[in-house]
Amino acid sequence: MPVDVAHLVAEAREGDRDAFDELVKATYADTYTLAYRLTGNEEDARDVVQEAYLRAYRGIKRFRGDAQFSTWMYRITANCAATHLGRRQKHRHDELTDELGLADDRPVADVEGHVERGVLRDRLQGALAQLPPRLRAVVILRDIYDLPHESIAAELGISESAAKVRLHRARKKLREDLFPLPTDGEGESSRHLRAGDRVEGDAHAV
Amino acid sequence: MRSATLTRCDDVAVALSEAAAATTPLDPASQAHVEHCLRCQAELVQYKKLFRALRAMRTEVLEPSPGLLGEIFLALEEAGERGVVRSVLSGRRAAYLGGIAAAAAAAGVGGALVVATRTRRRLAS
Repeated sequence: MPVDVAHLVAEAREGDRDAFDELVKATYADTYTLAYRLTGNEEDARDVVQEAYLRAYRGIKRFRGDAQFSTWMYRITANCAATHLGRRQKHRHDELTDELGLADDRPVADVEGHVERGVLRDRLQGALAQLPPRLRAVVILRDIYDLPHESIAAELGISESAAKVRLHRARKKLREDLFPLPTDGEGESSRHLRAGDRVEGDAHAV
Repeated sequence: MRSATLTRCDDVAVALSEAAAATTPLDPASQAHVEHCLRCQAELVQYKKLFRALRAMRTEVLEPSPGLLGEIFLALEEAGERGVVRSVLSGRRAAYLGGIAAAAAAAGVGGALVVATRTRRRLAS
């Protein structure tokens, strides 16, 4: 039987703890998926999910219901993940670049779809895992979860234009990783590489 | 000629990904460039494949490891208990302060009565 999320939200806003627990049950796998994609490892994802639901519980009365509950949870999760990764970066700065090799290799609930999507999807998972966290967060929130630039910028604590620049850089990096230029044939390839480098250089300036 | 081509490719680089994501269509000038530029056409196709793959990930839900739900409920429970303790403490604090105020008022009234009685006796004698 499908869960009536809107009804549960209304009950939870009235202080019904059981309704909030039902909301958690209905959405925690989705929230965990986003947290795992943003953090790149299970331990951090679990911490982020717990923190996200705590914040949601404390702030449920402020949830106006003009967005879907899931979208609201995505925003909270993105904010928690950014805080969590930022805090960790301060303490373990040297480990950040190495630990991102963790591809999304956990079992998925949608097994048939997973098989059909095949090679490109697996390579994309690997390419996403290789992205620096600040680029990865933007492309995941925008191109997978469809959050608007404004929300992404607000939750990550950056300007909207910075979010757009990061998005472009992330997309470009993913495309280049998935569809690398042929190494032979100096003329066209090297010319285009220079052009691409200049775009990236501009983005770095922001 | 070469620099003109480079400039145009650079100019449409951002627009290409936006067009492939179907958020913003290419403007006529960029469209005209892409129609004559094999490299940009290839990039457009690559971006479209990239976005298809990214969007397909939206429907995939990773299976959380066992125990996560319990951990969330426990964290909520603890947060709830902390809230209750806080409110109880603040309630007790209010009662304590009220008690002190009442005791002080009673002492004041008692003192006034004693003084009034003594004054009356002194006047009577």
